[in-house]
Amino acid sequence: MSAPGYTPDEIMTVTAARHLRDGAVCFVGIGLPSAACNLARMTHAPHLVLIYESGTVGTRPKVLPLSIGDGELAETATAIVPLPEIFAHYLQRGRVDVGFLGAAQIDRYGNLNSTVIGDYAHPKVRLPGAGGASEIATYAREVLIIMKQTPRSFVSRLDFLTSAGYLEGNGARAAGGSPGGGPRAVITDFGVLRPSAQTEELELAALYPGISVEAARAATGWPLKAAGQIETLPPPTAADLAVLRDLEARTRTAHAQPVRINLRN
Amino acid sequence: MPLLPLNEAIATHVHDGDSVALEGFTHLIPFAAGHEIIRQQRRSLHLIRMTPDLIYDQLIGMGSAARLSFSWGGNPGVGSLHRLRDAVERQWPRPLALTEFSHAELALAYQAGASGMSCGLMPHHADTDLARVPGAPLRTVSCPFTNKLLTAVPAINPDVTILHAQQIDAEGNVLIRGIVGAAREAALAARRVLITVEERVEQLRADMNALVVPAWLITAASIVPGGAYPSYAQGYYPRDNRFYLAWDEIARDRAAFTAWMERHVLGVRDHAALLRALGVAA
Repeated sequence: MSAPGYTPDEIMTVTAARHLRDGAVCFVGIGLPSAACNLARMTHAPHLVLIYESGTVGTRPKVLPLSIGDGELAETATAIVPLPEIFAHYLQRGRVDVGFLGAAQIDRYGNLNSTVIGDYAHPKVRLPGAGGASEIATYAREVLIIMKQTPRSFVSRLDFLTSAGYLEGNGARAAGGSPGGGPRAVITDFGVLRPSAQTEELELAALYPGISVEAARAATGWPLKAAGQIETLPPPTAADLAVLRDLEARTRTAHAQPVRINLRN
Repeated sequence: MPLLPLNEAIATHVHDGDSVALEGFTHLIPFAAGHEIIRQQRRSLHLIRMTPDLIYDQLIGMGSAARLSFSWGGNPGVGSLHRLRDAVERQWPRPLALTEFSHAELALAYQAGASGMSCGLMPHHADTDLARVPGAPLRTVSCPFTNKLLTAVPAINPDVTILHAQQIDAEGNVLIRGIVGAAREAALAARRVLITVEERVEQLRADMNALVVPAWLITAASIVPGGAYPSYAQGYYPRDNRFYLAWDEIARDRAAFTAWMERHVLGVRDHAALLRALGVAA
């Protein structure tokens, strides 16, 4: 088989971008979510409203920010609001359609860990922590998750529950009163997992061209169920790849710019 | 509101054992003030910050802190804060107690502190493990009107909040432009407020709804051009993303970190000297 002409990261980012409808209000995490959201905005969803937790609302960065608060996000935003306001008045009040998250670990019900590997008091790896993720997971009308699929990250049991997915499944999330709809899709470098309508357990729903069910199962730390019919996802178009690669090239150039400060007085 | 050299402002107003919030969400992080705290070898501080960022990685690695209250402790877009990790995972250079929040919770704690409330309230939904950590600061209460469950977050009132801002005027009023994070709430919650600024102007040309901190709320201010570097000051200089990427390598190793801090922070007189040593300023 010949090389497909795109990398696993690229098809993952393009597939994630395709999950975003034009006009949606999207609360964006940094890294892969930010790349996917901006690709969507630069291709099929020009009216996507991007919110970063730094309080930048409706931002349209020309290069990808390294942090959630780069000046590029502020300069291209419709509004900049204080942080308590972005969480209380926008997210908690139910004004966000899509929350877009990554994490270090995910379980079969879409619960996420970004806090510790190992015991909390004596962690093997201290991860950054919740940040905005736990409230995004609670309040966004739906959550998209983008993560590379490995047995170490797709685990049968989380070391720590930072952000709620469907909890124990079978309606546990809704019974607890969480207002948001929970994870709609988990986009990986193998394909897409979606929750079962009955049990809310994540099932393999779609694969990229040339990827087998067995390969996806081998990359999962629990016995991954497959949906009745597994869709084969379309590859990125030449236009998608051109926009994404151009965005990434511009970003690399921007992040390599030396900073000069004028010491007045 | 006295205008003081930064070393005098820190010497007078930041003491061993204080709770100290250096705020500024990615933007306007008061690096110069943090470095001066390191130079003056303050100890046993309770550091408070939503995103500890490189400045708290440095303070923690240099042994200034006994406790950290925070909500996201990574190097944004890069990865770990290695000094924070080393302190939590291996107690180097000394043990670091954690009080951990989500962003929404810590912002609410500042807001409660700024409002003279003992706690702030937010809706309660599914418990995550953050609420189950021993010593977790959260409590569940019910709304007296609807009986719905609420999460109560205790107020934070730092002994000192330190901010960096763009301008101070002749009367000592301070203007902050761009991303503000929870800087306003952290300042209004504090017992003392120190501010470093890029420059002094006769008059602030602020829009009517701009974030201006009136002079009478400020304990002391210092003029420190470049004082937020390697974070940024909107309208003055951009975030040095190259430095944030390079820090990953410097901070990964105890000896490399210590050597960098000795040369660039302990070994220089002030922030201007650091900027010149790094080739950022002429």
